[in-house]
This record gives sequence, C-alpha cells and structure tokens, in this order.
Amino acid sequence: MGRWAIAVHGGAGVDPNLPQQRQEEAKQLLTRCLNLGISALRSNLPAIDVVELVVRELESDPLFNSGRGSALTEKGTVEMEASIMDGPKRRCGAVSGLTTVKNPVSLARLVMEKSPHSYLAFSGAEEFARQQGVELMQNDYFITEDNVGMLKLAKEANSILFDYRIPLETCSAGAAAAMDNPLQMNGLPISVYAPETVGCVAVDSEGRCAAATSTGGLMNKMTGRIGDSPLIGAGTYACDLCGISCTGEGEAIIRGTLARDVAAVMEYKGLGLQQAVDFVINERLDEGKAGLIAVSRNGDVACRYNTNGMFRGCATEDGFMEVGIWN
Amino acid sequence: MGRWAIAVHGGAGVDPNLPQQRQEEAKQLLTRCLNLGISALRSNLPAIDVVELVVRELESDPLFNSGRGSALTEKGTVEMEASIMDGPKRRCGAVSGLTTVKNPISVARLVMEKSPHSYLAFSGAEEFARQQGVELVQNDYFITEENVGMLKLAKETNSILFDYRVPLETCSAGAAAAMDSTLKMNGLPISVYAPETVGCVAVDSEGRCAAATSTGGLMNKMTGRIGDSPLIGAGTYACDLCGISCTGEGEAIIRGTLARDVAAVMEYKGLGLLEAVDFVIKERLDEGKAGLIAVSRNGEVTCRFNSNGMFRGCATEDGFMEVGIWD
Repeated sequence: MGRWAIAVHGGAGVDPNLPQQRQEEAKQLLTRCLNLGISALRSNLPAIDVVELVVRELESDPLFNSGRGSALTEKGTVEMEASIMDGPKRRCGAVSGLTTVKNPVSLARLVMEKSPHSYLAFSGAEEFARQQGVELMQNDYFITEDNVGMLKLAKEANSILFDYRIPLETCSAGAAAAMDNPLQMNGLPISVYAPETVGCVAVDSEGRCAAATSTGGLMNKMTGRIGDSPLIGAGTYACDLCGISCTGEGEAIIRGTLARDVAAVMEYKGLGLQQAVDFVINERLDEGKAGLIAVSRNGDVACRYNTNGMFRGCATEDGFMEVGIWN
Repeated sequence: MGRWAIAVHGGAGVDPNLPQQRQEEAKQLLTRCLNLGISALRSNLPAIDVVELVVRELESDPLFNSGRGSALTEKGTVEMEASIMDGPKRRCGAVSGLTTVKNPISVARLVMEKSPHSYLAFSGAEEFARQQGVELVQNDYFITEENVGMLKLAKETNSILFDYRVPLETCSAGAAAAMDSTLKMNGLPISVYAPETVGCVAVDSEGRCAAATSTGGLMNKMTGRIGDSPLIGAGTYACDLCGISCTGEGEAIIRGTLARDVAAVMEYKGLGLLEAVDFVIKERLDEGKAGLIAVSRNGEVTCRFNSNGMFRGCATEDGFMEVGIWD
C-alpha cells in the first residue's frame, strides 16, 4: 500500500503589497481545500476523484481566478477553461471558453469520460454541458465586483494585468504605485502572469496520480484566448510516475511544455520528483515566470516557482502539512 | 553553413482500397508542395517562412483535410485549426474553430507575432483575423461535395470516420465493404484517425528548425472539438534541435505528447533524430495510431508511422527526395 500525498495551488506571482487580510483569506481557503482532499484520500477515493473534488471547491470560491471570481475578458465577460488528467493510461479531458458552466473541471472530466474527444471549446463545449445536464449559471454569477474594478485598472494601464487583490478604496495613488510595481516586477509592460489559476495534484494509496487545473485566464484577455491551463503537457499532466499542475505566464508554460517535462525528465533522465521539478523550473522557463505543484507515485510532493510568491499548500500521509504564499 | 531539409505530410492512416488515381493526385500534390519548400529553402528563406508557405499551399488545395477540403463537423460546417512553432526561442502560435479564414496557418503565425497570446479560438480568433486583414471567405468555400458525401456515410455508420477517398459512385456494396474494412482496421467502431491533417517541417541552412500543422479535424466531430493539431507539444513542436509535425489519432497524440517527446528524448536521452522518432512511435502510442515527420538542425529528415500508410514527402540538400504513401 503506497502513501498518499496532495498539493493545491491558487496561482503563481503574488503582489508583494497584498494586504494581510487577503493573505489570510487565501491561506484559509487553501487549508480548507487541502483538508477536503485529505479526507477524500483517507476515504480511499481515487486520485482522479480527489483532484476534481478539490478544484470544484476552488472554483466555487470567488477568491481565486477560476469559476466564480474568474478574471474578465476585454469585453467584461468570463471565459473559463480547465483540464484534468488521470495518470493510469494517461486519460485526459479539457475545456475552454465556458461561460455558463458552474464547475469547468467537472465538464473537463465529462469530456474525458463521456465524449469521444479530449478537448471541447466554446459553444460546442457549452452544448455538451447542456446535454450532460451539469449545473449552469448566468455569466454574471462568475463576475465579482473586485474583478470588474480590476478590469478597469487593466484597461487604464493598457496592459494585461497580473492579479493582485488591492482593495479598490485604496485606488488612485495606491493603485498607481501598485501598478508600477507589477510592471517593474515583470520587467515588461505586458505582464503575462496567469493570475490565480487554481490546481490540484494527488496520489492515492494505490499509487495512482492525477492532476487538474482551472482558470478564468488573463485579466483583459482577448475573447477566444486560450492559455496553458487546458493544454495537456503545458498546464496539466499526469502519468504512471507523477501528476503536475502549473500556473504563471501562459506563453512560457506552453513553449516550455512544463507539466510534461517534469515527467519526461523523470522518465528519460531518471531524476526523482524534486530534482525533476527543480530542473524544469530552472531550465525550461528562460525569462518566463511560473510555478508548479507535483506528486509522485511514491507519495512525494513538491512545489517550485520562480515567481514572486505562489499560493499553495501540500500534505502527505505521514502528517506533513504546509500552506504558504512566500518563499 | 548547415544543410537544409524538409518534409511534408498529408495525414496518417490511408484506406488500402484508395483508388490509384487518388494516390497519384496525392503524390503530385505532395511533390508540388515539397518543390515549393525546396525552392524557398534554396532562396534562403528562414524555416518558419518555409513551413508557413508550404502549409498554405496544402490548405488551398482541396485534396487533403485542411483549409479547402476540410472534414465537416456533425453540423455540416467547417471548423479549422492549426499551429506553428519556430525552433529558435520556441515561439509558437495556434488557432482553433476558424470558419472563414482562407489560410488558418497564417493566422496561427499572426497570433505568434502580432498578438500578446499564443492561442486564439472560435469567434475571438475570427475577430483577430478580421483585425489583421487576412483573406476571408464564406464557410462554404471550404466545403467539398466529397466531404458532404463522406459526412453522410459517417452519420450512417454513426461513427467518426477516418478518411478514405472512395468515389461515391461505388457506394452501397463497395462502400459497405470498405466500411467494414475501415472498422476492422481500427479494431474499434469509433475510429479516431485524424483524416489527412497536413503538415510541414523544415530546417534551413542556418540550422533553424520550424514546424506547422493544419487540419479540419475529424469528420462528423462535435462542434467545438479540438484535436492535436493546434496543440503545442502534441501535434506540433520545434526547438533548437528539431521540428516535428504529427497526424493520426488525436487522443493518442495528445496523451502521448508526441511532438514534444521526440525532442525530449533527444535532449534528455541524447538520442539522434531517427532513434528518437522510432522510440516515440514505438513507445508513446500504446494502442494509438499515428505518424510524424521530423527534421533536425543537422539537416536530417525522417518520417515514421504505425498506421496503415501515411501521405508524405521529404527532401534534403544533398539531392535526396522521396514521396510516398505506403511502407
């Protein structure tokens, strides 16, 4: 009987000025989701069910950028995407461009299990969702006041904003100062951090790994823009050896095939999980900024990022548990 | 000064009963496209320009399943997708769900070079195409009589049909026999061959590799279905070492991250191009059927497939040139 392990994340790249209250809320949410996953693993739920369950919880909470609380497109709407992968047999499912589906990760799961395809998007995905009878909401269910304000700021800055939860009352001078900060942190006017994408990876006591990732994507993104989160091998990957979920600059994760590379380096170079994760963050990102969580079939868990902070939590069967934001 | 090399393909998985005339037409098209690419390489056009040029030619011809001549969705419409990747710096661009764009590969290139994103889809991609002023046509421009007939057959068999160009006049008994043949060849009622996706890979005399893939996707696919062709790491990949374009069963290519794995095996196991391609076709496909073309920065070119045939052609600077369908 193997050892279970689990990790969750709420995005890589955190505003250093994030108010303490927000930091606490984030850690509480991560803790709650971690505990949900731990209970499920202790009840012998397979890893694939655990990751879906946990990501559903993250999607339902408005705090991070997935499901409710998703970032807004340039048009002020929400377009959500997600992917899920089951290590044994490397089955996978993905969705993009969802506008009414309450839990995108569950639709991704249905694509994997109930459709002859691997990836459905936009109106076709919505149609499939209706046929499958999943819970649907009006698009404004997903839109939060915070994000409406964030979109305004993003348009003012005429840049793709990475996410920071500055309360709007401290706008103007505060926001301007904070705005300078993100732009400098990235070194580029166009920041392509994927703000607060969520994810979960787990390995159950049978040694089965799974991974799931969900997001609303980039604030102020073009309609129809697809990021790394629904792309198998980029934002999500799972196989016999491990399960990985990534977050950060979508373009860097895509061209670095980040999630796949963790497993590839284990398979082809014989590295262990931590070494593989270190290697990928150090070598596959070039100037890109990203982070990832990973588990191995042996019950190891790892988290690495080269960004300024990452919302994450992890736990293993021997009682280890940690939730954090900073280094 | 390195040696250039180029390969093109028109899909993996060919009906053994394909009429001789069709085989000839296919070989002529492959030859024409290969020669186009060879001229371009001799004129010192960079690999990224060469692959785009060649795939545009394949898209414009109704013979294969891309651009004009694309497979039809279950609704009888065309939804096209493509991706392109430039080895140096691993820049990439992809599109899905295009319905009016004459040359999807060129919009993928524009996404890479003129947008802050890597992947645009459906109405957002169409909007971007309009803004970029690319050539647009009515959706019926892409629809051929043959594919309308093919869709009818597919619906009759209630399966996703892999492509075979049996002339419709030999329908009924002939088609029924061919159909049985098809279904048995796959071993499954639902065949998930990607019929006649097209692609091109090239390395120029500077040793720069590039890859491009374009398709209409599966005949009778669900609206919104995305296959492997626009997915970086699955259907297309290019880096400093090599360029790869895949075709075949989309699901198998996605879960096998086929294109990325050729390069990963070269990078992480130190294999040469031919060994890497053999390894990937043998080890990463499980029961899946697919094929791929690949070039290396050293001027090598190769093509491998485990399907029944693959439309392909390749050429190198030292005068080697070959166009084929069967083993």
